[in-house]
Amino acid sequence: MINSLFLINPSGEIFLEKHWKSVVSRSVCDYFLEAKEKALEPEDVPPVIHTPHHYLISIYRDKLFFLSVIQTEVPPLFVIEFLHRVAEMIQDYFGECSETVVKDHMVMVYELLEEMLDNGFPLATESNVLKEMIRPPTILRSVVNTLTGTSNVGDTLLTGQLSTIPWRRAGVRYTNNEAYFDVVEEIDAILDQSGRSSTDLSTGTTVQRSWKSDPEVKGQASGVCVCVCVVCKLCYDWLTGTTVFAEIQGVVEACVKLSGMPDLTLSFMNPRLLDDVSFHPCVRYKLWESERVLSFIPPDGNFTLMTYHVNAQNLVAIPVYVKQSISFFECGSDGRLDVTVGPKQTMGKTVEGVMVTVHLPKTILSINLTATQGSYTYDNGTKLLVWDIGKLNPQKLPNLRGSLSLQAGAPKPEENPSLNIDLKIQQLAISGLKVNRLDMFGEKYKPFKGVKYITKAGKFQVRT
Amino acid sequence: MTPMQKLLQLPVNAMNMVKTAQDQMGQQDEAKSPVMTPDGGNHNWYNGEPNDPRHIRFGSGGGDQEERAHLEEGGGSLSSLVTQPLRHDDLKEMLDSNKDSLKLEAMKRIVAMIARGKNASDLFPAVVKNVACKNIEVKKLVYVYLVRYAEEQQDLALLSISTFQRGLKDPNQLIRASALRVLSSIRVTIIVPIMMLAIKEAASDMSPYVRKTAAHAIPKLYSLDPEQKDCLIEVIEKLLADKTTLVAGSVVMAFEEVCPERIDLIHKNYRKLCNLLIDVEEWGQVVIINMLTRYARTQFLNPNMNESLLEEGGGEKAFYGSDNDDDTDDEEDKEEKEKKKTEATAIVKRKPYVMDPDHRLLLRNTKPLLQSRNAAVVMAVAQLYFHLAPKAEVGVIAKALVRLMRSHSEVQYVVLQNVATMSIKRRGMFEPYLKSFYIRSTDPTQIKVLKLEVLTNLANETNISTILREFQTYIKSNDKDFVAATIQAIGRCATNIGEVRDTCLNGLVQLLSNRDELVVAESVVVIKKLLQMQPEQHSDIIKHMAKLTDNIQVPMARASILWLIGEYCEHVPKIAPDVLRKMAKTFTNEEDIVKLQIINLAAKLYLTNSKQTKLLTQYVLNLAKYDQNYDIRDRARFIRQLIVPTDKSGALSKYAKKLFLALKPAPVLESPFKDRDHFQLGSLSHLLNAKAGGYQVLPDWPEAAPDPSVRNVEVPEWTKCSSREKRKEKKADKPFYSDSEGESGPTESADSASDTASGSESGSGSEESGSGSESEESNEESESASEEDEEEEGKKKKKNVEKIKARKPVPESESEPSSGEDVKKSEKKSKPRIGSSESESEEDDDSESESSESEEEESEEESEEETKKKKKTTASKPPSKPPKKENKKEKKEMSLLDFDDFDPAPSPSQVTPLNNFLSSSLVTDLEGLSLTDNVLSPTTIIPSGNLKTYELLHRITGEGLSVEYCFSRQPFSPDPHMVAVKIQFTNSATSEAKSLHVEDAKLQSGMRIKEFPEIEVLPAGETISVVMGIDFCDSTQAANFQLCTHTRKFFVSIQPPVGELMMPIFMTENEFKKEQGQLMGMNEITEKLTLEEKCQGEHAVVQRVTTAANLSRVPCGSDKECRFAGKTVTSGSLVLVSVVTKEDGAAQLTVNCEKMVIGTMLVKDIHQALTQ
Repeated sequence: MINSLFLINPSGEIFLEKHWKSVVSRSVCDYFLEAKEKALEPEDVPPVIHTPHHYLISIYRDKLFFLSVIQTEVPPLFVIEFLHRVAEMIQDYFGECSETVVKDHMVMVYELLEEMLDNGFPLATESNVLKEMIRPPTILRSVVNTLTGTSNVGDTLLTGQLSTIPWRRAGVRYTNNEAYFDVVEEIDAILDQSGRSSTDLSTGTTVQRSWKSDPEVKGQASGVCVCVCVVCKLCYDWLTGTTVFAEIQGVVEACVKLSGMPDLTLSFMNPRLLDDVSFHPCVRYKLWESERVLSFIPPDGNFTLMTYHVNAQNLVAIPVYVKQSISFFECGSDGRLDVTVGPKQTMGKTVEGVMVTVHLPKTILSINLTATQGSYTYDNGTKLLVWDIGKLNPQKLPNLRGSLSLQAGAPKPEENPSLNIDLKIQQLAISGLKVNRLDMFGEKYKPFKGVKYITKAGKFQVRT
Repeated sequence: MTPMQKLLQLPVNAMNMVKTAQDQMGQQDEAKSPVMTPDGGNHNWYNGEPNDPRHIRFGSGGGDQEERAHLEEGGGSLSSLVTQPLRHDDLKEMLDSNKDSLKLEAMKRIVAMIARGKNASDLFPAVVKNVACKNIEVKKLVYVYLVRYAEEQQDLALLSISTFQRGLKDPNQLIRASALRVLSSIRVTIIVPIMMLAIKEAASDMSPYVRKTAAHAIPKLYSLDPEQKDCLIEVIEKLLADKTTLVAGSVVMAFEEVCPERIDLIHKNYRKLCNLLIDVEEWGQVVIINMLTRYARTQFLNPNMNESLLEEGGGEKAFYGSDNDDDTDDEEDKEEKEKKKTEATAIVKRKPYVMDPDHRLLLRNTKPLLQSRNAAVVMAVAQLYFHLAPKAEVGVIAKALVRLMRSHSEVQYVVLQNVATMSIKRRGMFEPYLKSFYIRSTDPTQIKVLKLEVLTNLANETNISTILREFQTYIKSNDKDFVAATIQAIGRCATNIGEVRDTCLNGLVQLLSNRDELVVAESVVVIKKLLQMQPEQHSDIIKHMAKLTDNIQVPMARASILWLIGEYCEHVPKIAPDVLRKMAKTFTNEEDIVKLQIINLAAKLYLTNSKQTKLLTQYVLNLAKYDQNYDIRDRARFIRQLIVPTDKSGALSKYAKKLFLALKPAPVLESPFKDRDHFQLGSLSHLLNAKAGGYQVLPDWPEAAPDPSVRNVEVPEWTKCSSREKRKEKKADKPFYSDSEGESGPTESADSASDTASGSESGSGSEESGSGSESEESNEESESASEEDEEEEGKKKKKNVEKIKARKPVPESESEPSSGEDVKKSEKKSKPRIGSSESESEEDDDSESESSESEEEESEEESEEETKKKKKTTASKPPSKPPKKENKKEKKEMSLLDFDDFDPAPSPSQVTPLNNFLSSSLVTDLEGLSLTDNVLSPTTIIPSGNLKTYELLHRITGEGLSVEYCFSRQPFSPDPHMVAVKIQFTNSATSEAKSLHVEDAKLQSGMRIKEFPEIEVLPAGETISVVMGIDFCDSTQAANFQLCTHTRKFFVSIQPPVGELMMPIFMTENEFKKEQGQLMGMNEITEKLTLEEKCQGEHAVVQRVTTAANLSRVPCGSDKECRFAGKTVTSGSLVLVSVVTKEDGAAQLTVNCEKMVIGTMLVKDIHQALTQ
C-alpha cells in the first residue's frame, strides 16, 4: 500500500524519509515539487499526483507536506487519513507538529513510523498503543533514563493490541481520577452582504437579481434600503444581508484520566438535536441507536469522543452581526473601509476573542485605518488584514475605518474581499445541547467529572 | 543557500562515505568537501568547526562520557547531536564497545542518518553484530537498520537470520511476532523458503497477534517471489477462516494483494466477515468493505432491476419532464431508457426480485460504519451502498459524505470527486445538502472547482434560481480560474435546464462587458456553445458579439466570435462582411487560431455572399499564402482550391457549400465525471479516471445469481437440533432476555458490543447477528458453547435454514417446522406476542423503528409476565419434546440428559454430573470464612459428586473393562508437583481381569508419571479405585500410556482441563491485591461476560468457578466480587481469579497468571462455566 513517506518543508527540502518496502529514490519528489512550484498557495497542490511509475498522495498540514508514494491501487482517502494520523501522532507526542520538532526527535519519529505501518499497511495507529511501545519524551523521563540507563522503548510489549479494547492501555493508575468533557460547537456560516442575517430576504426566492450591476434594480426588487455611495454612484452597499448558509458542527473532546477499566455512560438532555454523528471507535453504536446515550470504555488521556452536526433546519442563532462597507473609487486610486461588529443572538453571554480577517485585493498598496477597539495588523506581503477585537462590548460597538490606497494605475478590484470572523463564547453551546449526566461503571472510586461548553466560529464568512 | 552554508550543514553528510546517486545535494557536498575522502582522516575542514575536538575524541570512551551524557540530555534533542560530525569509524567503535549506552547512541545516530536519507550502508557489518543485543532499544534500532539495508547487503544480512529463527520459537508471542515481522521485511531472496516455513508455522500459531503478523508477511513474500503464490494462497485460505477480528483485516489485505481473483475463497467466510466487520480495526474495515463490494457484485442480483423498470421508465421522467426538451441530455437518457426497457422486458420474464439475505446482511452490517471517525471507512461504506444498495436506500450515505466535507481539504478533495460522480447518477440524494456545497472564498481553487461541479450536477428547475444567484457571487471572485469554471458551469446549467437558458444567456452576455478579459473570453466561448443550440433566436447576441471583436484580445474568444459569425452569417448578413473587412486589416497581427478562423469566415462568406466579399476573401487568402505558419498556408491553399472556381478545380468544389455550411451538431456540455462510476468509487483509479496498477475491475451484476448455498457454513447436525429446541424455549422467554440484554448493555465490554454489528436493529435481530462470530467459533473448536450462545446460535441456524428454504426447500429440515408449529400454537394461546417476535426475527429486513418499538413494548410488560411465562414454557415444553427426538435420533441422549439445563459438553465423552448446589455453596462459604487454616482446603471438602468424571476406556473397547478417571483434587502425596488422578476400574465382563498396570508411557518432554500399584485381580462386576500422579508440566498436553491387563494392552490418554493443573492456596485479601498488582499487563486477562440467569448469585458463581478450576476462595469485603487463588502444580506460578458481578448479570472476569497460556485457557473455561 504505502511505499514511502517523505516529509517536505515549504521551501521544498526533504528532511525525513521512511520506506516500508523497497527504497524509492527521493527524486520521485521532483514531480511533487514541480506541482508545488506551479501552485500559488500550498493548499492548491493537488493531493494526488500521477507520475509514470508512482502515485504521489500528499497532505499539507501544519506548514509541512506529508508526501506518500504509492505503487498500486489504494483508496486515496485511506492514505490521506493515515497521513493525518501521522501528523496527529507527532503532535500528540511532541506537543506540536513542525519541522523543528520532527528534526529534534528524528529517531523517535522514525521508530513511530516503523510501528505504524508494516509493509505499507497500518499496524498500530492508536495513540494509546503506540505510547505503550514507544514512550513519549518527558523531562523527567529523560533524566531518569540517563541515570538508570533505561530507554524510551516499552518493554511490556503492547498488550493493547492483544486486548479486545485496542484503544486503551492496560493497568492505568491515577491518584486523581478525573474525566473532563469539552463540548465545542462551531458555527459555519456564509452571510451575504452586510452580514446581518434577516428573514425578510431569506424568503424572497422570487428576487431575481439582475445580472447587471444596477443598484436601482436591486433595491426595488428586494425592497430593501440601498445606500448609494455619495462620491461614486457605482459604489453601493446592501445594509441588509442574508444568511446564505449556516450550520452548527460540534465536537465532544474528552480528557479522561481514570484508573482501571472504567465504563462510562454519557447522556444528553436533548440528544434529538443531533442530526448526524460520528464516534470514536470506543462508543457502542447500538446503544446510541436505541437509547441515545454514549456508552464507552474510554482511551486513556485526550481523545475526540464524537463529532456531531446539528440539524440545519433549526434556525441557527448567529451571535454577531457585521456592518461593513468596503468601497473603491473608480476614478482615483483610493478606497474606504468601514467595519463594525455587534452582538446579536448571544444568549446573554459575552462574545470574546472576536477577530476579523480580511484578504485584501492584491492591488492594495497601503492602508491607513483606525480601530476604536482592539488592534489591527496588516501584512503587506500577503495582503492580510487581521483585526483583533477581543471582547465585544454591546454598549460601544467596535469599529474599524480608514482609507485604502491602491497601486497607481491598477484597476478597481472586481470583488470586495470577504471577511472571516472568529469568535468565542464561553459556557454556551449555541445549539442548546446539554450534557445530562455521566455515570461510571466497572470501577469503585468516585471520579471527578466536568463538562465545559464553548461556542466558536467555524468557517464563518461574510461576503461583501 | 551559499556553498559555504551547505558546507556548514555538512556534518551528517560527512558520515556518508558512499552517496546514493539520487541525493543531489549530497553530491554537491561531496564534490566540495574534502571530508568525503574515504580514508576518513583528520581534515582541515574539521578544524573550522568550533565543536570539533570533542567529536574527534568522541567514542574513544573513558573520561568523555559524563560530559557527553550531559550534552545529550542538556540538548535534549537529537538535532544538536546530529549536527555534530561523527565519522563512521567512530560509530563503528561505539557499536563494538560493550556498553549498551554507547551502542544505543551510535544506533540513534545511524537511524537519524537513515531518516534523513543519508547513506549508512557501509556500517552494515558493525550493526548486524548487534542483532542479538539484549538491550531492547538497541535491538529495535538494529531491526530498523536491517530492514532498510538488508536488501542491499544480502550476504551479510544472512548472518542475522538465525537470531530471528530463534525468535520465532520464543514462548513470548510478541517476540515471535516481531521476529517474523523483521524476517519477512528484509527482502533477501535466499531466505524465501525460510520465510515460507515461518509464515506457515505462524499462520497456525496460538496467538492471534502472531497470526496477524503472518498475514502481513504474506504480501511481502509474494512481492519477493511470486512463484510462491500457490503456497501462499493456501495460507491465506487458512487465515481467512480465522475468527479473530485482529487477523481479519490483515488477511483480506493479503488476499487483495496476492489473489484478488480467487473470489471463491471468500464464500465460506463471507458471513463471518460481515459479522466481524464492526469490530475490526479501521484500516482493515476499509479493505474488507472494498473487497466485499466486489464480491457482492459477482454473487448477488442487481437490487435495482425492478425499480429501473418502474421508476426510470416512467416516474422520474415525468418528474423531470422538462428535461425532455433538452436535446443533449436526452440522447443519453434515451439510450439509457432503451437499455432499461430491454432490460425490463427481460426482467418481466424473470421472477420478481428478492434480495439475497446475505446481500442484506452486508448492507445492514456496514451501515453503522457510516458513523466512523475515519473518513476512509465512511467512504468505503458509501461506495458500497452506491454500488450495491437498492436505490431507495442509497440516500443514507449522503449525510455522512457531507459530514466529511468539514474535514481537511485533501479529504474534501477526494470526497467531492466521488460526490460529483454520484450526483450525476443520483441527483436526488444530495439535493437536500445543496448549501453544503456553497463555496467559500477561502477554499483552495481545486475544491472550488469541484464544488462547482457538484452544484452544476445538482441543478434542476426548482433550485436553479438559487444556484444561479450563488454563481453570480462567484463570478466576482478574484480567482480567475475559478471564475472561468463558474462561467462554464453556467453554460452547462443552461444546456441542461431549458427554462433558464435565456436567463443564463443574458447573464453571460452581460458578462461580455466585464472588465476582465478572461471572464469575457470564457463567456464568449460558452455563449458560442449555447448559441449553437438555437441560433435563429439570438441574432442580436451575435451582433453584440461581433462588436466585441474590436475590444477582445484573447485569441480563443476572438476565434469563437469569428466562427460564430461565419457559421450564422445568414442571420447577420450585414455585419458579417464588415467584420471580415476589419479582420483582413489586422490579419497579420492575429494569433494562429484567429487566422484560421478568419480564413474560415472568409470561405463561408464567399460561398454565401460572394458579391460583397469576393475581393476580401482573395486578399485574406493571399495574406495567408505567405504566412509563417504552414498550417495556415495549407489551409489557405486548400480553401482556395475548394471555393474559388477555376477551370482545373476538382469535383469537390461542387460540394463546397455542403462542406462548409453543413449543420453542425451542438456540442454536448457534459460533466467530466459522467460515467466515471464504472470505476469503483473511492478508488485511486476513479480519482485519476484511469486504471491504476493493481486495480480490480468492479464486475457487472450477474444475469442470474450464482448458487447462494456456497456461503453456507457446515454446522454439526446436533447443534442445529438442540439449538432449535432451545430456540423455542427462548422464544417464550423472549421478553425476559431481550430486556436483560438491553439493561446490561452499558456494562458490556466493547468486544461484546459486537452486537452492534447488527447496527440499527435491536431486539432479536441484533442478538442474532451479534452472536454470529461467537457461535461459529464455539462450533469449530467443538467446545461447549454457553447456553445463551447456543440459543442465539440456534436462532441463527434456524434463520439460515429458513433462508435456505426461501431459496430452495431443504428436505431434511422440513419435518421439523411442523412440530415447531405445534409448540408455537400451544404457546400462542397464552402469549399472543410470541407470534410477533417470531415474525420479527424472521423478517430481518424490518425497519429499525418497528423492531425497537416492539422491544420496548416487551420490556414494559416483561415484569408482569415474566414469571408467568416461564412457568408456561416449562409446562408447554414436555409435549414438544418427543417429536423432536424422533427427528434426530442420534442426539436423543443429549436432549434427554439436559432437560432444562442444557449443557453442551466439550466432547461427547464428558458427562456433567448434577451438582449439589446446596452443599457446594456451603463449602465455598466455608472457604471464605476460613482465615488462616490451610488445612481447610476446599479440595478435601468438595464432594466427590462435584468432580467431573471422564472416560478412559469404554466398556466395549475395553472388552468388558471400563475405566473412568477424575481429578481428585487431593494433593498427590508422593510428589507435590503431580496432579492426582483417580482411576476407577469397573469390570463388567464375566471373567476377572488380572494384573492391571501402566506401561510404556509416551510423554511430552518434562512430563512425568507416577504409576499406580498394579492391581492383581479385579473380579467380575467389581469396581476398584486407584490414584496415580501425573506431572503435566503445566500444560494441557495429554499423557499417553498403555493400560495393560494380563491379556490386552489399551492405548489411553489423559488430558487435563486447565483448571486441574493448579492447586488452591490460601491468601488474605491484601496479599491477593498485592499479588494481583504484580501480575498486570500481559499477565492479566480480562473478559466481560453476562452471567447465566441461574448463576447470578454469589454462591452460584463461587460454585461454578471452583468446579471449573481447582482454586480456593479468597475472602473479600464486597459481595459483588469473588476472588480465587491457586498456583500451578508444577511450577507453582500464581493463578488469581476474580469475578466482579454487576447488576443484571453482567460480570467481569479477571485472571492474573504468570503463564499466559494457562491464563487464557482458564479464562475460556471459567467464562464457559459462568455463562452456561
